[in-house]
Amino acid sequence: MQELTPGMMIAVFEEIFGPIVFWAMVAAAIAITIAYFYVLIRDRSMSMRKFLLAQLSMPVGAVAAIWFVQVMTHSGISDLGGPIDVIVYLAVGAVGAIGMAILVYTLQSLIRGKPLQCW
Amino acid sequence: MHNTHVNRRNFLRLTALGAGAAGIGTGSTAKPASAAPVETKAKFLILGAGAAGTALANRLSDRLNGAEITLLDPRQDHYYQPGYTLIAAGLKPSGYSVTKTSDWLPQSVNWIAESAAEIDPDAKTVTTTGGTTLDYDYLVVATGLKLDYEAIDGMSLDLIGTNGIGSVYAGPEFAAKTWAAMDRFTDEGGVGLFTRPATEMKCAGAPLKYTFLTDDYARRKGNRGKVEMLYAADSGSFFSVPIVNEKVRMLYDERGVKSVYDHVMTAIDPGRKVATFQTPDGPREIGFDFTNVIPPMRAHDVVKNSPLSWKTGKWVGEGWVEVDKTTLRHSRYSDVFAVGDVAGVPKGKTAASVKWQVPVVEDHLVAQIQGKEGTQTYNGYTSCPLITKIGRAMLVEFDYQNNLTPSFPGLIAPLEELWVSWLMKEVALKATYNAMLRGRA
Repeated sequence: MQELTPGMMIAVFEEIFGPIVFWAMVAAAIAITIAYFYVLIRDRSMSMRKFLLAQLSMPVGAVAAIWFVQVMTHSGISDLGGPIDVIVYLAVGAVGAIGMAILVYTLQSLIRGKPLQCW
Repeated sequence: MHNTHVNRRNFLRLTALGAGAAGIGTGSTAKPASAAPVETKAKFLILGAGAAGTALANRLSDRLNGAEITLLDPRQDHYYQPGYTLIAAGLKPSGYSVTKTSDWLPQSVNWIAESAAEIDPDAKTVTTTGGTTLDYDYLVVATGLKLDYEAIDGMSLDLIGTNGIGSVYAGPEFAAKTWAAMDRFTDEGGVGLFTRPATEMKCAGAPLKYTFLTDDYARRKGNRGKVEMLYAADSGSFFSVPIVNEKVRMLYDERGVKSVYDHVMTAIDPGRKVATFQTPDGPREIGFDFTNVIPPMRAHDVVKNSPLSWKTGKWVGEGWVEVDKTTLRHSRYSDVFAVGDVAGVPKGKTAASVKWQVPVVEDHLVAQIQGKEGTQTYNGYTSCPLITKIGRAMLVEFDYQNNLTPSFPGLIAPLEELWVSWLMKEVALKATYNAMLRGRA
């Protein structure tokens, strides 16, 4: 394993997407994460109803992420050749699922607003 | 939408980690050029604005303050050559490999859009094709190499794309024409003839990859039964690294690719669709319906005919610059270095090698300015994402000793056909290359 500095990795990502798109994506990811924590703190609890919908959306996120990767790389599931391929595929799916869940939960909370206090 | 972005970002974080390291090698020597600038008035002359010349110009420009860096190259376009295989496989358009030379050069570098006409390392001058004489304190030869199509009787560039003749190496447009010819061939069937020259060559894995890709297309189209595949190796093996050679031999057997050894293409007859090979048993003709012509490769005449080229040994006819294989410093002229394809070293005519070579040359140049000895060395590292079908590749990395040098031992097996290795070639390699050009990787 050779030296792999954060600066080098950022340079590579900037080249993949172009600096504007790359940093816009970073900003979007940060904004969604902040919004997620904002609604959690605002509501002082997880809404299980919203979380249920978020969970239901996870497979969609996983499939979408894997599909996106396949299209981007002109490849399909039959090209998986070894354990590392399966691990990366699962990781892509997991990231897609989690990302989608966070997004769906946050959007529901932002759109529906603060829940009424009822008991 | 945001979600997709998050996925993409995270996914590429995973994969580009590998690409940076393995696709073209992170290089232990690839120290970011961000140390305190060294003051100097030295004059640097770099011949060639390809991958090596451009990357070095950027790194020197970052490392040095007050240096006069001149770059000589007449070509307005910069070519990302590792992309040629993807263009010739119909996966990318020809524009994928083309950018502007000027896009990559720092403002502090003086770019002269001319070629070198004469190199005089005794007088420490280079005369340009425009007649200007440039003097230098340090010379870096990064002129790349010449594709010697004339050495194949009957072959010329305008034949590419006609009569079943392809040639992936010739340039982005020619790679696209090669794709058109290969696409037609895999529709219609016939004999596919694949070759490589007997000289040193850039990316010796490319002829093998293209054979695999043609086989794969024939299979995808359901036409493999109509296609006969023949690989004509120039020597007794497919690849100089024995363990890789054996793996390729096994895969070719498995895929039904026939092979002949000690066959060097000397002539081609486009009308008859016949190629002539020099073999130990004399000349032999082989007919083809599609062929990927790879010409002999040599240093450009200006280098070959200069005092800098090898004057003894096996490379006299090829004209590579006589350098120490670990420091890339000229064996007879201590203020001259060669980097990239033109360097007369046993391996290393790839972009991955350039990535490892450039920081070594930078280190020795900067040390010399400071009156010190450079410490970094080049071990012959070369990397080849050896595509075995669309969607899979073997990430082969090796050094001068033919040792495999995997960047991720135990994780990404070098001789295993993996999707992850394909991914690096397809998605992250160009980005890493571009970062390298800017001196940032």
